[in-house]
Amino acid sequence: MAIVQLNGITRVYRSESVAVEALRGIDMEINEGAFLSIMGASGSGKSTLMNILGCLDKPTSGSFYLNGEDVSTFSRNRLAAVRNKTLGFVFQSFHLLPRTTALENVELPLLYSEEDLSWKDIHNRAKKALEIVGLGDRTDHNPNELSGGQQQRVAIARALVSEPKILLADEPTGNLDSRTSLEIMDIFQELNRQGLTILMVTHEPDIARFTERIVTLRDGLIRSDVNGTPASAKRALENWRDEEKIEFDMEDVK
Amino acid sequence: MKISAVPYVAIKALRRNRMRTLLTALGIVIGVAAVITMVGLGQGASSEVQEQVNRLGQNVILVFPGSRQLGGVSIGGGSANTLTTEDARALRDEIPEVIAASPEVRSQRVIVYGNQNWFTRIYGQSADYLQIRQWGVEDGEMFTEEDVERASLVAVVGQTIVEELFEGSDPIGETIRVRGLPLRIIGVLERKGMSLMGSVQDDIVIIPYTTAFQRVSGRSHAMVINIQVYDEQSMSIAQEKIRDLLRERHRLAPYQEDDFTVQTQEDVAQAATETSRIMTWLLASIAGVSLFVGGIGIMNVMLVSVTERTREIGLRLAVGAKSPDVLLQFLIESVVLCLLGGIGGILLGVISTEVIANYAGWPALFSTEAMIVAVGVSAAVGVFFGFYPAWKASRLDPIVALRQE
Ligand SMILES: Nc1ncnc2c1ncn2[C@@H]1O[C@H](COP(=O)(O)OP(=O)(O)OP(=O)(O)O)[C@@H](O)[C@H]1O
Ligand SMILES: [Mg+2]
Repeated sequence: MAIVQLNGITRVYRSESVAVEALRGIDMEINEGAFLSIMGASGSGKSTLMNILGCLDKPTSGSFYLNGEDVSTFSRNRLAAVRNKTLGFVFQSFHLLPRTTALENVELPLLYSEEDLSWKDIHNRAKKALEIVGLGDRTDHNPNELSGGQQQRVAIARALVSEPKILLADEPTGNLDSRTSLEIMDIFQELNRQGLTILMVTHEPDIARFTERIVTLRDGLIRSDVNGTPASAKRALENWRDEEKIEFDMEDVK
Repeated sequence: MKISAVPYVAIKALRRNRMRTLLTALGIVIGVAAVITMVGLGQGASSEVQEQVNRLGQNVILVFPGSRQLGGVSIGGGSANTLTTEDARALRDEIPEVIAASPEVRSQRVIVYGNQNWFTRIYGQSADYLQIRQWGVEDGEMFTEEDVERASLVAVVGQTIVEELFEGSDPIGETIRVRGLPLRIIGVLERKGMSLMGSVQDDIVIIPYTTAFQRVSGRSHAMVINIQVYDEQSMSIAQEKIRDLLRERHRLAPYQEDDFTVQTQEDVAQAATETSRIMTWLLASIAGVSLFVGGIGIMNVMLVSVTERTREIGLRLAVGAKSPDVLLQFLIESVVLCLLGGIGGILLGVISTEVIANYAGWPALFSTEAMIVAVGVSAAVGVFFGFYPAWKASRLDPIVALRQE
């Protein structure tokens, strides 16, 4: 069964004078274990759709079945519980708490968990999540002591710590250089291989090529929806080293 | 949300902004310290007043001329001329419970010794006045009944006179002059300190009342009669008898009001205590205002903090915080701030009470109640002033909050 099912989703932003139709009827099914990227021009409605998929926003009309439940009818607090338990978020600008260690940042979702976790469980799970993203040795660092890529990896660990069903990422590589972006995609591919459903917004085809399915939006409607064989981020990273070397050699010649 | 995580999250947030936390708490520190200091000083002053009332003497009754029942109590000399020296004598001789009675007359005069001048109070009293006041003679002796009979030109002086007029040297046997009237000093009083009214009681010259009436004051009636009663059990019966005797002597018909007022030391004490109690309240309410201002400071900072931390709130909401979680976090933050301030305020308050009480020569009294109330109030201030900002934070829309720069 599909983990996400969208039927006729619309989203209209109303201000005093104008109404912007950001989404104009989206029908989509996403299977468990999918790795999907949403593409499209600026203003096409990618973030709007992502916010609805992430239960941060409610559609103006249409139904949204998440795990078989129609969450478009849920109350504010029930949606919060869904976000906490079923979903994990990664943002373009990381959104880590300043002057707070990586470990404490990762623990954050667990503090709001409805499960009755002991502090020991919380610490252990956060540590494990940091190890998954390769930052087991940076638990006590504050965000300002970490590189952009490391910060985003902390944010990924935070998204993973509550063991969600779906990871949502709105332009996760938007603030990172190409090599660091590859590292993030490598982590995503590895997580997806282990069964995690990942939904990602990007406007870089270079990034989208690492996903299995690409949905392209235009003016609030799905323009294309294609499946393909993703490129391997790991291999791309290996090649990257070669490219670096070549550039270096060329400089050497000069 | 995990219960133990609520204070944890709040304290973490406060620690992330140490400077702001400290400065905000400072407002409460000052408010609470002010309350504690004011209440402490007020109570210190009250107990000092009590102490001084006790020092007035034991089993003392004061009879004032005139019927002055304003507020049930009168303090100070009367202006009516209804009490005579014969009244005083009769009270002592005819009422067995009365063991001493001194008709008092006061004058403010310049006294001269050599080329030194000093403006002081001259009291006319009987020979047993010092016994009534439980006041000792340090040097020399008190004048006698005979001196009173003969209106002798003798005086007993307080410590201030010795210091100011004699510069500390022995005044016994020396003669001071009051408007040319020579008075030979025969005794020096023990130091007594400040009075209830804040005057220096040692700035005094005591002479036989006869001398005072005839040669110094120009008055013919007593301003007050100081009476000592045999023991505490006899106080009320003595009061009755004094009243009956004076009414009889003044030939008052049953329908006429008393032309004098009988007061016990108890009455005076009550009046004084009442006064200092009002003072304490006054001081405490002024201090309360500063606590209130501190509370507004908290609200201000919490509001700024909510605006500043919009993104943090957005993130918390995004990862699953519910509205009540956010509300509680900010509320607890503000309460913790206030409690920190409360504890700091108690410390500062205790120190400043010590210092001021030490300086004023009062006992420093700390009431645990005042401290508990101060901390309770500061927590309440935290809840009250923290609620609106916290509520605002909890109502934020996660998307809008996350997008905030
Ligand atoms: N809060 C809002 N109020 C009003 N209009 C909005 C709001 N958010 C988005 N819109 C409008 O909805 C449309 C879709 O916006 P959205 O943010 O989803 O685009 P996007 O595809 O994410 O663009 P980008 O690639 O620039 O991030 C745009 O026309 C935008 O102006
Ligand atoms: Mg967007």
